[in-house]
Amino acid sequence: MSNHQKPRPLSRRDILRTGSTMGLMLGLGSLLPGYALGLTGNRELTRRTEGNSDIYELTIDRTPLTIDGRRSVQPITVNGSVPAPLIRLREGREAVLRVTNRLDEPTSIHWHGILLPFEMDGVPGVSFPGIAPGETFEYRYPVRQSGTYWYHSHSGLQEQLGHYGPLIVDPEEPEPFEYDREYAVVLSDWTFNDPSEVMRNLKVAEGYYNYNRRTVSDFFEDVATMGWSAAWEKAGMWGRMRMTPRDILDVTGAEYTYLMNGMSPDDNWTGLFEPGEKVRLRVINASAMSIFDVRIPGLPMTVVEADGQKVEPVETDEFRIGVAETYDVIIEPQDEAYTLFAQSQDRSGFTRGTLAVREGMTAPVPELYPRTERGMAAMGMADHGSDGAMDHGSMDGMMHGNGDQPPVADRQISHGPDNHGAGAAMVAMNPGPRLDDPGVGFEHVEHRVLTYDQLRGLHAWPDEREPQREVELHLTGNMERYMWSFDGEKFSEVDGPIPFGYGERLRLILVNDTMMDHPIHLHGMWMELETGNDGYRPRKHTLLVKPGEMISAQITPEHKGDWAFHCHLLYHMKAGMFRVVSVQ
Amino acid sequence: MAVKQVRYTALLVLGLLVPATGALAQGVGPQAEPEWSLPVHDDVTHGQLLMDRFEYQDGDDEDVFAWEGQAWWGGDTHRLIVDSEGEALVSGGDGGDVESFDVQYGYGVSAYWRAKAGLGYQTTFGPGPDRDRASAVVGFEGLAPYWFEVDTGLRVSEDGDAVAEFEGEYDWLFTQRVILQGRAETSYAFSEVREFGVGEGVNGLTLGLRLRYELAREFAPYVGVRWQDQYGDTAELTRAEGEDTEKTSLVAGVRWWF
Repeated sequence: MSNHQKPRPLSRRDILRTGSTMGLMLGLGSLLPGYALGLTGNRELTRRTEGNSDIYELTIDRTPLTIDGRRSVQPITVNGSVPAPLIRLREGREAVLRVTNRLDEPTSIHWHGILLPFEMDGVPGVSFPGIAPGETFEYRYPVRQSGTYWYHSHSGLQEQLGHYGPLIVDPEEPEPFEYDREYAVVLSDWTFNDPSEVMRNLKVAEGYYNYNRRTVSDFFEDVATMGWSAAWEKAGMWGRMRMTPRDILDVTGAEYTYLMNGMSPDDNWTGLFEPGEKVRLRVINASAMSIFDVRIPGLPMTVVEADGQKVEPVETDEFRIGVAETYDVIIEPQDEAYTLFAQSQDRSGFTRGTLAVREGMTAPVPELYPRTERGMAAMGMADHGSDGAMDHGSMDGMMHGNGDQPPVADRQISHGPDNHGAGAAMVAMNPGPRLDDPGVGFEHVEHRVLTYDQLRGLHAWPDEREPQREVELHLTGNMERYMWSFDGEKFSEVDGPIPFGYGERLRLILVNDTMMDHPIHLHGMWMELETGNDGYRPRKHTLLVKPGEMISAQITPEHKGDWAFHCHLLYHMKAGMFRVVSVQ
Repeated sequence: MAVKQVRYTALLVLGLLVPATGALAQGVGPQAEPEWSLPVHDDVTHGQLLMDRFEYQDGDDEDVFAWEGQAWWGGDTHRLIVDSEGEALVSGGDGGDVESFDVQYGYGVSAYWRAKAGLGYQTTFGPGPDRDRASAVVGFEGLAPYWFEVDTGLRVSEDGDAVAEFEGEYDWLFTQRVILQGRAETSYAFSEVREFGVGEGVNGLTLGLRLRYELAREFAPYVGVRWQDQYGDTAELTRAEGEDTEKTSLVAGVRWWF
């Protein structure tokens, strides 16, 4: 496994990236291999520099575009493209982003993963009133971090209509790893229908998009493999709960065309390289509803960043990326062409691109993995760790680094007197961390798949205090009525924000009482995921919580104000899985 | 788009029937400033018109057009629900009946169950004098363990006659689109209502098997068989009119919703 932590001299790309005059950027823009229009579907936004400020102009509009080469559609675009153009901010400088709304409805931009004053966070109704039609809003904030992030609308269902793009912050200090070339890889899901119709279908017809429901023949297959009594018992257990083990993603490939940098599998986004180069892929899941599994057959990947934050390099063959997460990987391609393959978690579809030495090449596109179903662990009923590898008998090893248990492993939890009421169709009986479990769908996979417990922060983080306080929240839902909430209460049913103390050290505990994975995003502060790697926790803005799982994160709220906290599955958020955290 | 307009029109009509439920929307969340809009609008109302049975029944002596459906409008907890079921003779005679047209308020009492209460209307027409009656209806509908769709009700007519009704459905998926629906329906009358051909006790049992193909979720043609038998006093009232108490018919129809 390669582990490039040594500092290195500036490469040609570093010089390009740090070019500080507009002339330099424009002059060399067409030479940049990564973001040439047509090649990548990713355009880099030019910036203007004034003193210590980097100034960007963005215009949000509807622009006719062809998606998947099939139909002309009217997505919401930023400066005319989907995804929105790539924005490169620079650490240590002030970002000034002037956003003009040419839509006939209010809009917004949220800078996903950037810590900034709350007024600049871009959530209508929480941090500001939104950007009215015809108005220009100026975002202005100091940039005090680096890494791969993204930006998107936080208004209504606009994200589903194309309003998202990559955001990269170039570091002040050289990166602790080497690469010769880089690409942003924006994964997303596109529907040719009105997103409000998608929402309605989910609301009025349970399982509308699920064409992988259990059939009579699945039952007889179970009989053949498990015997009558076990098959009967399994069907009975799910039947009693009125749950289906096949409910993996709410909106599937039956509705979505999956995109890579705005291009469908047939469009075949292509990233060029020269053999022997190290290529950095900045993979961003900008989907509304789709969790992806990403791999490059024949090529190992070294993960160097998660959610824009450095981790100890870890080599893997595949990783699952929750909605709104980002992973930076470094690859060293040697052959002429490779397929960059991203299949949806439920195996109902995929997108792909090609990494090649010249345009127009393709590599074999793998089959989708076989469709699968959830097991006992999803109900929070099984032993912690579906592979049975975790011993949760002892707590005393938690201070000694890798392989130890997170502090919540043996925590007793309560679902309240009424099990969260009508908004929650189930509760996890015995939830625990399953950080060494890659999740549903990898049962037949023999190669390495990244898990959260393999993520180790490259550094200890500044606040080394033990948490003084714990906040426990349950992720709850009712598929039958498509209700999603925290602690059984939709956003419209709660009385006020969740109070966080300014500067306090707290432990956030998330318990997933549903049958689905939820990517939970906290604005305005980092969540240091407690993996048991004490002191070297990976720092994340979005945590993908598996069904029946309980995980915890340490938090120091460093910025006062109101912050959104929600499930990043767009229609779950829309259904009420949203809270405001108030830091005072 | 036309479908959408029809739907909105239908929902608007429904909405006008009982405007009160709209005012039952939940309280507001904690937006930072009172004049700002909410960050998410999770209390949007939806509606649906679902015709579970919309079919032609080919019987031994008579052919019948029959329907059974539900329209609803509202949110997760509070809903306005209209249930209707009935049939009309197409050949072998004329006449028919609206077995139910119930307008009810529905309240989500738990994750899978909804309580309903409201007013119902029933009528029979031709041959002979048309008869109708109104009733008060209460009941539950929901999803029972093992995936049984259940709809139960207690109906008390304006004359004080009471009937308990039960209906259950179960779907077997042969493929993702080929689905066999089994259904069973029965009722128990606490008193005899001669004009409606209802005797005291268990009236009868109706069983159905319908195999549908979901061309789309919203549109699924089906074929099937329906078997009905009557018991006790009800059967005797039917025999007194010279009709068979046991009826088997082949059915063809479309399950549709929008």
